[in-house]
Amino acid sequence: MNSDRILGSVALVVAVAMFAAATQVQEAMFPNPLGSKTFPMAIALLMGISGLFIILKPEPNPDWPARQRFGAIGFATVVLIAYAYVLPDGGFLIPTVFAAAIVSYLIRPAIIPAILTGVGLSGGLFIIFKFALKLGLQAWPDAFM
Amino acid sequence: MDLLSNLSLGFSIALSPETLLLAVIGCFIGTIIGALPGLGPSNGVAIMIPLVFTMKLDATAALVLLTAVYYGAMYGGRISSILLNIPGDEPALMTTLDGYPMAKQGKAGEALVLSGVASFVGALLATIGLMLLAPILARIAYNFGPAEYFALYVLAFCTLGGVASNNQAKAALAAMIGLAIAMVGTDNASSFTRFTGGTLHLADGIDFLVAIVGLFAVAEVFFFIESHGKDSAIGVKLGKVIIPWGDIVRTKWVMLRCSVIGFVAGVLPGAGASLGSFLAYTSEKAIAGKSGNFGKGDPRGVAAPEAGNNAAAGGALVPMLTLGVPGSGTTAVMLAVLMTLNITPGPLLFTERPEVVWGLIASLLIANFVLLFMNVPMVKIFVKILQVPAWVLLPGVTMISFVGIYALTGSYFDLILMVGFGAMGYFLRKLDVPTVPIILGILLGGEMEQRLSQAMKLGRGDWTYLFSSNISITLWIIAVAGFVAPFFVRRFIRKPELITD
Repeated sequence: MNSDRILGSVALVVAVAMFAAATQVQEAMFPNPLGSKTFPMAIALLMGISGLFIILKPEPNPDWPARQRFGAIGFATVVLIAYAYVLPDGGFLIPTVFAAAIVSYLIRPAIIPAILTGVGLSGGLFIIFKFALKLGLQAWPDAFM
Repeated sequence: MDLLSNLSLGFSIALSPETLLLAVIGCFIGTIIGALPGLGPSNGVAIMIPLVFTMKLDATAALVLLTAVYYGAMYGGRISSILLNIPGDEPALMTTLDGYPMAKQGKAGEALVLSGVASFVGALLATIGLMLLAPILARIAYNFGPAEYFALYVLAFCTLGGVASNNQAKAALAAMIGLAIAMVGTDNASSFTRFTGGTLHLADGIDFLVAIVGLFAVAEVFFFIESHGKDSAIGVKLGKVIIPWGDIVRTKWVMLRCSVIGFVAGVLPGAGASLGSFLAYTSEKAIAGKSGNFGKGDPRGVAAPEAGNNAAAGGALVPMLTLGVPGSGTTAVMLAVLMTLNITPGPLLFTERPEVVWGLIASLLIANFVLLFMNVPMVKIFVKILQVPAWVLLPGVTMISFVGIYALTGSYFDLILMVGFGAMGYFLRKLDVPTVPIILGILLGGEMEQRLSQAMKLGRGDWTYLFSSNISITLWIIAVAGFVAPFFVRRFIRKPELITD
């Protein structure tokens, strides 16, 4: 119940924000009959209506994972975002070992298999991407080159 | 005779060594992806997208590879349904209802072979149906103007939200999220940016491939972290594989009926394979009546949904190719790939690029035989692959997604966006908000606004122009009916839930 009410409220807030933003959209010098605002406004309106319906007729809560599992998902998100930042300059090999090993560990908490997965995936995928698919991947961080 | 000359053109492309090889590789990878628990055709094709671009395939080759993966995943999906009671995705759910009980009775081999043959019948008939129906529909689509296209897009969202989901409000919300995302970036009409929050990163809009890979592939990783990889255990041991000739012959009419039902369900824009397998299963259950042993391992309950969902997979290609409106999640993903390759599906595709369409159809005919061979005599190999543990597989999926998207867009911002979509996909799916309408919204949003704008211009600003032709009125009526009808029907027909033991 509450999960759906939160979902509906978030949708409603986003819809209002989008509608407000849509009123500020600049029109073309010689706008066509539709203009640049109408369609986004209609979307925001329908989004708001569906949000309201979800608030009024909520479904039972889903089975949320325990707090610890939630923490693991949050941690995975942070690791993947960090990986996204590092990948362009940090080379492929080292960040991939870490990211893959951590994701593996979060799925099954066993240190040695996770490290082996990280090393294996990093090396194996690098060979596939670099030599089979001929992708211009950088192996090591800039500082090493 | 048009058909024969088109087919010979198709086969001349499909039988070239490169295309043939891609079809076989696609079938193989597809069957693996389908067989892996938790992965189905839509995430399978999503994972393949980055690879298609890094391999620099042309449009025909890319389409052949991806549809082979698509068909393969539809075939392979039954393996984890039957052996593990874990459907790879929604259409495969119906196969667990009788497939898993059959496997528990020690008839896993029979169930796999029977469902493999049913998949073959469904997919082959649907490919023939595609071959016959698509050119006709393409000819009708010639008469579509902007008003008709706008109505068609509305129809796709309505049937997707109405027939194919459990909660219209959530499906509508999903569609609006997708459309809203499509609005971000530079507006074509005015060349000003909209909804970017002033960030230059968003000036070009949000690449739909980033959203797709995030929503389908990265979100899957979060689900596995939540379940702790528990799903990867092998359920039922597969003994000797015996071909159950008796069951195959006895279910021949079931397969034929369900192929027709599945194909029709697939052609409906937005309805797709889950509806196909659902309708096929429930109608066979009704036909069997009291004589049936449905839910307890009836062979008909295995043949019906597999024929139905594979036929729907072929049917779903019809609206995607002829109208540019995808009939299912997977075809939406394929549409995204085609658009990125500068191919716009629609009636013009059939006249301007016949080699793409007919090469694809011929490849699919070949792929069906390859798949039958892989899924019946070679099924044991794929059962072995089921034992790849989730803690190796999912990190691999993540890394391929990252490198693929990075190779495609070259921007770290898109990678972060992809992770964001992954987290969003996790929460939305937890809350039972379907993700396919989001994809459809992102894909069609720009086009939809443009068609509406053209219609407004033609009608000189008069809204009634949208309802001025018989075709568009019909489409609007079907759209409204498709969205509203489930309110009344749902009371009588309920989708079965996964049975756990």
